Amino acid sequence: MAEPLKKEKTKVVDEGIDVGISRLTEEKIESVINTVLETETGARLKIYVETCIHCGLCSEACHYYLSHDKDPHYSPVGKIKQTIWEMIKKRGRVSPEFIRRAAIIAQTECNMCKRCAQYCPFGIDIAYMLSVVRRIIHKLGVTPLYIQDTAHSHSVTMNQMWVKGDEWPDTLQWQEEEAQAEIPDLRIPLEKEGADIMYSVIAPEPKFQAQLIYQAAVIMHVAGVNWTMPASVGWDNSDMAMFTGDNEVMGRLKRAHFETAARLKVKKIVMGECGHAFRSVYDMGNRWLGWSMPPFTIVHAIEFYYDLIKDGRIKIAKKYKTVIEMHPNREHNYCCCAGGGVINTGPPFKMTRILGNRVKAEQLFETKTKGAEVLVAPCHNCHSGLHDIVHHYEIGLDIKFFGDIIYEVMEKPE
Amino acid sequence: MVDSRSWDWETGEKKIAAIVNVDEGEFNVCVNGQAWGETVFDKIWHLRFSPDGRLTALVSEMGEWTMAVDGEAWENKFGYIWEPCFSADGTVIAAAVQQDMQYAMVLDGKPWEQMFANMTYFALSPDGRHTAGAVQVEDVDSGEIHKFQEGTFTAAMDGKAWDTRFVNVWNLAISQDGRHLAAEVRLNLYDYTIAVDGVPWESRYTTVWEPLFNPVTGTVVAPVREKGMWVLAENGKTLWDRRFVQIWHQMFSPDGSRLAAIVAPSYGRWTVAVDGEPWSATFTKLVTEAVFSSDGQRIAALAKDDETFRVVVDGNPWSDAWDMAWKPIFSPDGRNVAAKVEKTGRYTYSVNNRVWSTSCDAAWDPVFSPDGTLLLLRTVEAGNYVRRIVPVSDIIG
Repeated sequence: MAEPLKKEKTKVVDEGIDVGISRLTEEKIESVINTVLETETGARLKIYVETCIHCGLCSEACHYYLSHDKDPHYSPVGKIKQTIWEMIKKRGRVSPEFIRRAAIIAQTECNMCKRCAQYCPFGIDIAYMLSVVRRIIHKLGVTPLYIQDTAHSHSVTMNQMWVKGDEWPDTLQWQEEEAQAEIPDLRIPLEKEGADIMYSVIAPEPKFQAQLIYQAAVIMHVAGVNWTMPASVGWDNSDMAMFTGDNEVMGRLKRAHFETAARLKVKKIVMGECGHAFRSVYDMGNRWLGWSMPPFTIVHAIEFYYDLIKDGRIKIAKKYKTVIEMHPNREHNYCCCAGGGVINTGPPFKMTRILGNRVKAEQLFETKTKGAEVLVAPCHNCHSGLHDIVHHYEIGLDIKFFGDIIYEVMEKPE
Repeated sequence: MVDSRSWDWETGEKKIAAIVNVDEGEFNVCVNGQAWGETVFDKIWHLRFSPDGRLTALVSEMGEWTMAVDGEAWENKFGYIWEPCFSADGTVIAAAVQQDMQYAMVLDGKPWEQMFANMTYFALSPDGRHTAGAVQVEDVDSGEIHKFQEGTFTAAMDGKAWDTRFVNVWNLAISQDGRHLAAEVRLNLYDYTIAVDGVPWESRYTTVWEPLFNPVTGTVVAPVREKGMWVLAENGKTLWDRRFVQIWHQMFSPDGSRLAAIVAPSYGRWTVAVDGEPWSATFTKLVTEAVFSSDGQRIAALAKDDETFRVVVDGNPWSDAWDMAWKPIFSPDGRNVAAKVEKTGRYTYSVNNRVWSTSCDAAWDPVFSPDGTLLLLRTVEAGNYVRRIVPVSDIIG
């Protein structure tokens, strides 16, 4: 492994934060904080704040804390102490500089992975408290530039990559044509009313990774799935507005997604390999709109692939590789450090992510020493974040989606 | 609406069509087994009959796109064309088009004179004479967040943009007389309202949903969110006293005297509210496809609990639950309601809570005869397209 970088912090320049801070007054800060606390929070926040006994057991759960040699500033409780507790204690009377630090902590030093909630003896959802901070940061106009731009893209186009109305169906038709060179009767059925499944993806797929749509189409075709993709807005299931605290745009995105499924008369929505989008559709966005559960059954790609293989609808022609589990794993695994919108804060915070997840690099390196060659990451943000870690720490692992592997090993028509 | 009085209410052969691949990279449309015309296209998609029975599709030839109607392509060609829509009587076809990365609406083949850097939401007036879009009128590059927040979007009707600039513009509505345009607008990152002809309501909200013109009085009604709850507002003033967890898809009766909407009266419960009063029956998953009878006295909708749909009429859920159901259709006199329904891949019709005895491989929406006594049912059975005229009394007894 490469030597860890020096720990001295340099002041990050981010136009979203810097310009936002320059426009703040202490009166505005006080007003926004108290308005959010009084009108948008209630018993949940109060119980969390009053229940915490400051034991610090959450600390060991956080990859930032572990990666920074147990610096308490990076412990979950430490981040709460530096942000929402202080805002509550001072009744919103905090300085613009305090808000700058709060914005950086909430938006770039917490992935909202909620690993800490599992280690808290009271089950306090610390990430929820940091999401309240993000809401305040949004209301103050201090959100980092890159993710704010992504939220703007969502607001205009209903997708996160400024993909225009014509570019989306055009890309699907292009991928259909590409795939027909391999399987001549393959279709990517657009606007097929009454299909069983609407397949939705996140915008990086049409923008940068169109081959993933190709691969999904091959899997759907071979499995004989009655599926469709919409040609209108509502095709993108992603949601960076959820992570900037822009709940109103989050709700708008999810409404478009669900109403597109309703318009197409499908029975289920199958989502591509993405983690945060599932959270937005299954937990956050639907509930903001008033649904206790989503109006349509939501199936994540991994579950969908599992069902297809279990039911024999796709057959595996050759063994890929031997699975080597990393440790810790499953719900105790370390976050990729890209999730929660952190990678979407862009280049100014790239090193925050990489240095904040040295522990992941150590975990991956250990797994590699056991023989692992490929790292499977069923999420675009994980994929990109882990790529940065693998590259920076010189670990030497290929990173693949499940779809990449299934496409490679499945039986396909001759 | 289509005038079904002019239809042939005797059974007989009608048209059925499909896109066909005739050779490598060559496509045509097959209508009742015959090719659509001499021209073959590189690509064809979105094959649809217009409400007046013309057959339309989006077609590409030599890398350029346009609309073809009954086999004839429009003269004007574009870089891309999508989201076609028809006027209620089907005589007019509109779509969004892109040419040289500039965007506009096209109406019966004629694009707006003014094109825009981006266009995101589209509308066609009830009479089909006017089109509108949410358009970008100020240049802004990706990453220029503060410039974007000053307002780079507005709405345009027939290519003429409003002078006002907004952060965002969504969901446009054109008045019944085609003279006014309303839209959801975002004034800054936090304040939303409705703008009519470019003028925002004075009231500000935490967010809003789609505006709707009263077809008779011309007032504008929209769901608006205040203090975490939704209310219905008319011209910027609260209209319904009652607050809801959610309100959307508001609709006026044809005479404009009654107003209904899909609502969540409490968290996780959905129903229809009529003039502010929700039905007592509520549903957990979804309420959708609400519709007034033509006399405005009755309302039908679809409701979903767990994984199944029911037809609900005037608050009363029908007894049969389906894997899928389609928008209920009232007879012209409002006395009868019919809906296409599906269970385990078999399609049939439910009429006044009675199920038709035949199940089919596929089905289209039912159509009532002008006097409401007959139903036109179009199905696919054992691989054959079947067109039946069935007395309503045969189904409801």
